[in-house]
Amino acid sequence: MNQEKIITVNKLTKEFGSFTAVNNISFDVYKGEIFGFLGANGAGKTTAMKMLIGISKPTSGNAVVAGFDVKTQAEMVKKSIGYMSQKFSMYDDLTIKENITFFGGIYGLSRAQIKEKTAQLIQDLNLEDVADKLVGALPLGWKQKLSFSVALLHEPKIVFLDEPTGGVDPITRRQFWEMIYAEAHKGTTLFVTTHYMDEAEYCDRVSIMVEGKIEALDSPKNLKQKYNVNSMNDVFLKLARNIE
Amino acid sequence: MKTILFIIHKEFKQIFRNKGMLPIIFVLPLIQLLILSNAASFEIQNIKFSYIDHDHSAASRELISKFQASKSFKIINQFNTKEEANLEMQKGNVDIILEIPTQFERNLIKDKTTTLSVSINAIDGASAGVENVYISQIIGTYNQKIQSQLLQYKDNSFVTPQNIITIPSFWYNNTLNYKTYMVPGILVLLVTMITLFLSSMNIVREKEIGTLEQINVTPIQKHQFIIGKLFPFWILGLVILTVGLIIAKLVFNVPMLGNLGLIYGFTAVYLLLILGMGLFISNHSDTQQQAMFISWFFMVIFILMSGLFTPIESMPQWAQNITLFNPIRYFVEIVRMVMLKGATFSDITTQFFIITTYAVVLNTLAVLSYKKVN
Repeated sequence: MNQEKIITVNKLTKEFGSFTAVNNISFDVYKGEIFGFLGANGAGKTTAMKMLIGISKPTSGNAVVAGFDVKTQAEMVKKSIGYMSQKFSMYDDLTIKENITFFGGIYGLSRAQIKEKTAQLIQDLNLEDVADKLVGALPLGWKQKLSFSVALLHEPKIVFLDEPTGGVDPITRRQFWEMIYAEAHKGTTLFVTTHYMDEAEYCDRVSIMVEGKIEALDSPKNLKQKYNVNSMNDVFLKLARNIE
Repeated sequence: MKTILFIIHKEFKQIFRNKGMLPIIFVLPLIQLLILSNAASFEIQNIKFSYIDHDHSAASRELISKFQASKSFKIINQFNTKEEANLEMQKGNVDIILEIPTQFERNLIKDKTTTLSVSINAIDGASAGVENVYISQIIGTYNQKIQSQLLQYKDNSFVTPQNIITIPSFWYNNTLNYKTYMVPGILVLLVTMITLFLSSMNIVREKEIGTLEQINVTPIQKHQFIIGKLFPFWILGLVILTVGLIIAKLVFNVPMLGNLGLIYGFTAVYLLLILGMGLFISNHSDTQQQAMFISWFFMVIFILMSGLFTPIESMPQWAQNITLFNPIRYFVEIVRMVMLKGATFSDITTQFFIITTYAVVLNTLAVLSYKKVN
């Protein structure tokens, strides 16, 4: 595996008043890996991720994403990353094509590039029949695949996916992970949060966050060995239970 | 620049695709303009007039005929006793009771003086004031006429009575047409309302549906996003103004003495102020409802303190000071000055300067309060 670090997180902390959402976490992500970022609801995953994508300022500590400091060069970070939030965030009242044009446009793609990318994307996702339909009318699974593709429009070095498969049927989830693998194969780094432990098994390395801290970080295989269990599900339960 | 075009393009698409919003933006303001301009009048007509004539003389009948001849009064009833009349006033059936005493004519001829009693229903203080003036005028004219008659009867000579007659002349709206006065003002309110509400709900809407977060993760620059977002509403504001001006001309025949370009120039800057205010509200709200309520709060204060419905000069000093911060006040002043008085740029430089400064301040605050990072 490529050992070139693309994300370096050093003692990153976020406090909201007296509540510490992210408590002094440090880790590295390597170029081209699929990095699983796990944790129970409220463990601080989304907060940590928001600091990495430059929309939330760390209280202390720092992180370097794609060579840029998230504190001082947030806008440079944003040029190098793609982001897909857990809430569907395209415009329901625009068509698929219009959404692609808009997001391509604000990432600075030229009209010609947008045209080419749009055609490619619609073909890849088999959306020819609905390309001029409003996005709001699409089934959730399609929406998620579309958001992922749109997050990749500007060919970012890293893509952050926040619970991309929440509420999606198993077949679509499978297809979604095939898309993730294909993208990783091209050398893109994928930073994924999820609640599905079978998905955690697909990741190259997994970190598990518990109450604002990273309790474990290794490959799924090593983690299972370390905790002497058969599945990532059990690893997760063991760590989460220790707390209670 | 290119990025801004993409945003503008998207905003216009969303505006025109929203079938519920379109009529709200274009049709409602025009209906309001047509209805309000006809309804919002300070003129008082159809005053419900009643009288008690204890005298039944030629003089008393002549006085009553004066009221009958006036367009403002509508004779409702004649009562025999004051009690009867009071009862009707309590029921709200009459506004005015004129009581002519017995010996009215006799006293006039003998003593050259007499008294009349007038009761006015003053539940609505403003109307009562106006009614009082109307009545005094009628009685005043009657008085002059009767005086000259009496003088002639008595002395049988041709002494011309020395009467002083004031002829008021109303400048800039010499027929005192309330529509001429109200239409530009109401148009200003509509332009302000629509742009303020739309812009204040716009960014908070993206916050609500979650697209704002997605936008914040892109390298888009603050000013690009804000200009792209607000430009469509700036255009909409100018379109509404245009349609309103056309209606003002065609339907209400409001004169346009000044330079039309001056109105547009001023509106262009004024709209920036309103959009900045809307954006500021939007940035500080979490939901569209919240933004709507805050906008309404300001809107109601702005409307009532704009000088459109009540003259600013008659407000207490502290309230007059507050109106200095009311953008609508300046806009109403300017539009009336330019349309009705033919004011030129040199006449409105003060207002122009205030509005420009105000716009710069508000937009700076708005841009500063929009944060991509929190």
